[in-house]
Amino acid sequence: MTLQTKQEEKINEEWEPKIIAFLCNWCSYAGADLAGVSRIQYPPTIRVVRVPCSGRVNPYFIIKSLMDGWDGVVVSGCHPGDCHYLTGNLVARRRFAILKELLEFFGIEPGRVNFMWASAAEGERFATLIKKATKIVKNLGPNKKFEKKW
Amino acid sequence: MEKVGAVMVIGAGIGGSQASLDLADSGYKVYLIESSTSIGGVMAQLDKTFPTNDCAMCIVSPKLVETGRHQNIDLSINCKILDVSGEAGNFNIKVLKKTLYINPEKCTGCGVCGQECPVEAIDIFNEGLAKYAATSVKYPQAVPLVYAINKDYCIGCGICQGVCKAKAVEYDREDEEVDINVGAIILAPGFDEYIPPEANLYGYGKYKNVVTSIEFERILSASGPYAGRVLRPSDGDIPEKLAFLQCIGSRDYTGNGQPYCSSVCCMYTAKEAVIAHEHMHQIKPTIFSMDVRAYGKDFDKYIIRAQEEYGVQYIRSRISSIKEVPETKDLRIKYETEDGKVMEEDFNMVVLAVGLNPPNDNVFLAEKFGIELNEFGFAKTDKFNPVQTSRSGIYACGAFSSPKDIPDTVTQASAAAGCVNQLLYEKRGTLITEKTLPPEIYVNGQPPRIGVFICHCGINIGGYVDVPDVTKYATTLPNVVMADRNLYTCSADTQTIIKDKVKEFHLNRVIVASCTPRTHEPLFQETIREAGLNRYLFQMANIRDQCSWVHMNEPEKATEKAKDLVRMAVNKAREIEPIERIKLPVTPKALVVGGGISGMVAALNFASQEFETFLVEKQEELGGFARHIYHTLEGGDVQEFLTDLIKKVQSNKFIHAYTDAEIENIDGYIGNFKSSVIHGKKKERTEFEHGVVIVATGAKEYHPKEYLYGNNGNVILQSEFEEMLNNDKATNKKSVVMIQCVGSRNDEHPYCSKMCCAEAIKNALLAKEKNPDLEITVLFRDIRTYGFKEKYYREAREKGVIFLQYDEDNPPEVIPEDSRLRIEVSTPRKEKIYINSDLLVLSAGIYANREENEDLAKMLKVPLNDDNFFLEAHVKLRPVDFATEGVFVAGLAHCPKTIEDSIAQANAAVSRACTILSKDEIEAEGKTAMVIPERCTGCGMCVENCAYSAIELIDDRRFGRVAQINQALCKGCGACSGNCRCAAIDVLGFSGEQIFAMITGRC
Repeated sequence: MTLQTKQEEKINEEWEPKIIAFLCNWCSYAGADLAGVSRIQYPPTIRVVRVPCSGRVNPYFIIKSLMDGWDGVVVSGCHPGDCHYLTGNLVARRRFAILKELLEFFGIEPGRVNFMWASAAEGERFATLIKKATKIVKNLGPNKKFEKKW
Repeated sequence: MEKVGAVMVIGAGIGGSQASLDLADSGYKVYLIESSTSIGGVMAQLDKTFPTNDCAMCIVSPKLVETGRHQNIDLSINCKILDVSGEAGNFNIKVLKKTLYINPEKCTGCGVCGQECPVEAIDIFNEGLAKYAATSVKYPQAVPLVYAINKDYCIGCGICQGVCKAKAVEYDREDEEVDINVGAIILAPGFDEYIPPEANLYGYGKYKNVVTSIEFERILSASGPYAGRVLRPSDGDIPEKLAFLQCIGSRDYTGNGQPYCSSVCCMYTAKEAVIAHEHMHQIKPTIFSMDVRAYGKDFDKYIIRAQEEYGVQYIRSRISSIKEVPETKDLRIKYETEDGKVMEEDFNMVVLAVGLNPPNDNVFLAEKFGIELNEFGFAKTDKFNPVQTSRSGIYACGAFSSPKDIPDTVTQASAAAGCVNQLLYEKRGTLITEKTLPPEIYVNGQPPRIGVFICHCGINIGGYVDVPDVTKYATTLPNVVMADRNLYTCSADTQTIIKDKVKEFHLNRVIVASCTPRTHEPLFQETIREAGLNRYLFQMANIRDQCSWVHMNEPEKATEKAKDLVRMAVNKAREIEPIERIKLPVTPKALVVGGGISGMVAALNFASQEFETFLVEKQEELGGFARHIYHTLEGGDVQEFLTDLIKKVQSNKFIHAYTDAEIENIDGYIGNFKSSVIHGKKKERTEFEHGVVIVATGAKEYHPKEYLYGNNGNVILQSEFEEMLNNDKATNKKSVVMIQCVGSRNDEHPYCSKMCCAEAIKNALLAKEKNPDLEITVLFRDIRTYGFKEKYYREAREKGVIFLQYDEDNPPEVIPEDSRLRIEVSTPRKEKIYINSDLLVLSAGIYANREENEDLAKMLKVPLNDDNFFLEAHVKLRPVDFATEGVFVAGLAHCPKTIEDSIAQANAAVSRACTILSKDEIEAEGKTAMVIPERCTGCGMCVENCAYSAIELIDDRRFGRVAQINQALCKGCGACSGNCRCAAIDVLGFSGEQIFAMITGRC
């Protein structure tokens, strides 16, 4: 193994991705709070943006995040059927099904953008999902598709 | 004596909280008195709720926070009632406020004292399954979040006093006695669960793996002793074979338990079985039951789902013995199957579905408040008004008057508040405080001047995140003119500091980096509003719940994350602008659709508070369904009650009753509806305005096609039989057979009609009374005489009424024989029984008026359920509200129910409506969507996506076809904006610019 690859490997080991997380106010944000109250530990990779509903998340927010150099994106809402706004998460689900295909077409690795559901009662689940998302993004490495702006 | 515009509510469970909120929102001062140290009662202990599997904590906690901080609810915990005097309209109550040894005004609920406390005390909340410190809150989300020292365990070491940075620990704090003057009292002390006595048949207390259902509820809970994993207490193994035993302490005539049915156990057992399987798929639950009493709305569907989707097995049997297998700690259950075989089976764990007893202090409460108890020790209530106790001015709600579930409790809580409204309406608004606020500082167009307050939260944040470093970093960010750090940003003194800094630095944006906006945003918003800033010029960075608490082992990375979160908040703050809350005027008039009992009770309640009411009935006569009912099972004279009600409605000058009437149109929204009615023989048209709508359109009796009904004169309906009996036309009969569940609980109508069992037993008892020699046989699937109705079921059996079970797949056959009928039944023991009968009485189900309901639902923009009954806003906590504000539901239009329940629901709907009608104008949340018309192409995608029908396409003079938002209907979810391809819709408070600012600009 050359010195260079060794160094690269070391960087990869230490490297922590930066993931932006859009959480709906009523379920997932509350679930994230519950993870805190219950002191369930997860990697410090996410930065949370609170939105009223996963339906609020415009696909452009996700594209813009990737363009700005975030290594990963998480969008989390209420479980289907439980939306505080009746159908917002269903609208979101349909929208993101299409976006996922578009992103693949762009050449963005599928694991960079993760959609998930976590209820206000699921602190443990929230932490698990973040661990999972972190692992996936970490394996993909830094987001090099777009030039970082900072 | 002069009436007083204040109300005392005893007990701060979900019932007491709901009653308090209704009353405080309708202009009364409320004193909420709780005997334990936090509010929420039993519901806060539950993991999930049936029939939706909704998380109990998530749905109850916002209600509790609202109760805790409402400026007209005076909440006192750890209290005892000393004395009650006075009369309806003016009571004096002496209350003892027992000390917590911690000053609730200073305590911030940070929890450091609890962590440092060296002595462990049993924690009540986890039902003895986990241990906590002597200084404790009942649970992490407790309201009020104040710690209490348990003196029984405290050793007085003083550590907690030393570590408390807020100086809230006061060992010498004493009890306090206060006198409270109110106009009415609502009793909502709840229930106590049945605890099996020491030497019980089920080995509870002796065998470790036998637990009660409420203990099992804590085992299921994520905040419970095993963090949501289903494990058995003896060894922490997963109980793959899990047995539930029903009716523990209920329907028990042996003297060990209570003779009545506890009403809720069948459903909560099904729920616990489903959740256990959901948590751990290897668990196979078995439920041993007598009758499965799933009588409520959508309950039967839940039972079917439990069996079909979750593999829950039901065995109809009361077990004969239970023994522990010493080697495995498994439990060997002996039982007899339906076809008479004796079986023995081992289970890993057994859950006892314990019944509901009256609260342990029922006699004390009855004596203090001077009210009567019934034969079972519950509060005795009026035959027709289930919240009226034996003493005028004192009302009871929830499980204190009979065992009941959460929606019934919430309904009764609102109903009690509705009755208080009737009593005290003249004094509304006399004792409440309204806040006076300074005028808002004009900030539009000014460069942002941001102030950042970073919280140490004791050691909760400061112990893991380098707060001074984050503060220093904050000052380097553009537009930040000051950054400060505080020990507790939420404490009263910091609020003063924030207000001073706003003035000193001319701040026009404020950021607090601390805990979660879900609990604390309103507090800080109120603070900056008091300082003269618009309350939306505020942002929060969550650096505790979502940072310091979840990265406790990585302080450096946590600090880095906290900096990022603060920067994102600053970036957003730069873009935020003041938002006006929308004010809507209110027309203080009501429309009640339907002139049955529910509709008339509601109309009379409104009218007695001098609200003009329009009552619309499609029939020529008032009275509805109840016109064909003579008595209730409990002996109430329905006809007398109804006649009296109609007379009162017709003579009341505040009620305009339209009969033979049809609603032509309903337009508008909360506070401002406009409707038109076509009524009378001449089809006159009347138009009127109103602020609220109550839907009480009732339902109809099923007209059976089965069992020769309509073809044979000897086959009649239960309602026809009742008429015969009351007119003495059935005296010549020798044998009568009744068939239950005709048109209910089948594929087409998969719900229980709730009242048929009680009706059948009522008629059977009356027939027996008139002719004791009459042979009566009732063919049933499950007898659902829930609650105290069980008493009459027993009485009927004692009087010789024969009850025979039949199976859904094997219904009875009716063969006409001369002038009689021959009825064949297959029993569960696979025997065929033949009965010769003079008369066959069918218990026909209750059906929704489908077409009528559909029309009305469309006009009101409210939903129907699969069975065409109206669907409420939330099946547990908003049982009379619709998601559409200003519209409420009562009576059979909601689902099949008894007359008493309909009356309670009608009064509840009035109470909910009064929270609107009592105000001149109402404020709606300002965070709504708005259209940028120059960008809008009028494609209509937003109209499609809006769940609230708040968007329509209009033809604008300048921009052509564009979307327009009705701000009164918009809830601000943003589904429209998320979908807008032209970025022509934005959501105030969560605008695209603001979110982009958070995503970008990592300077």
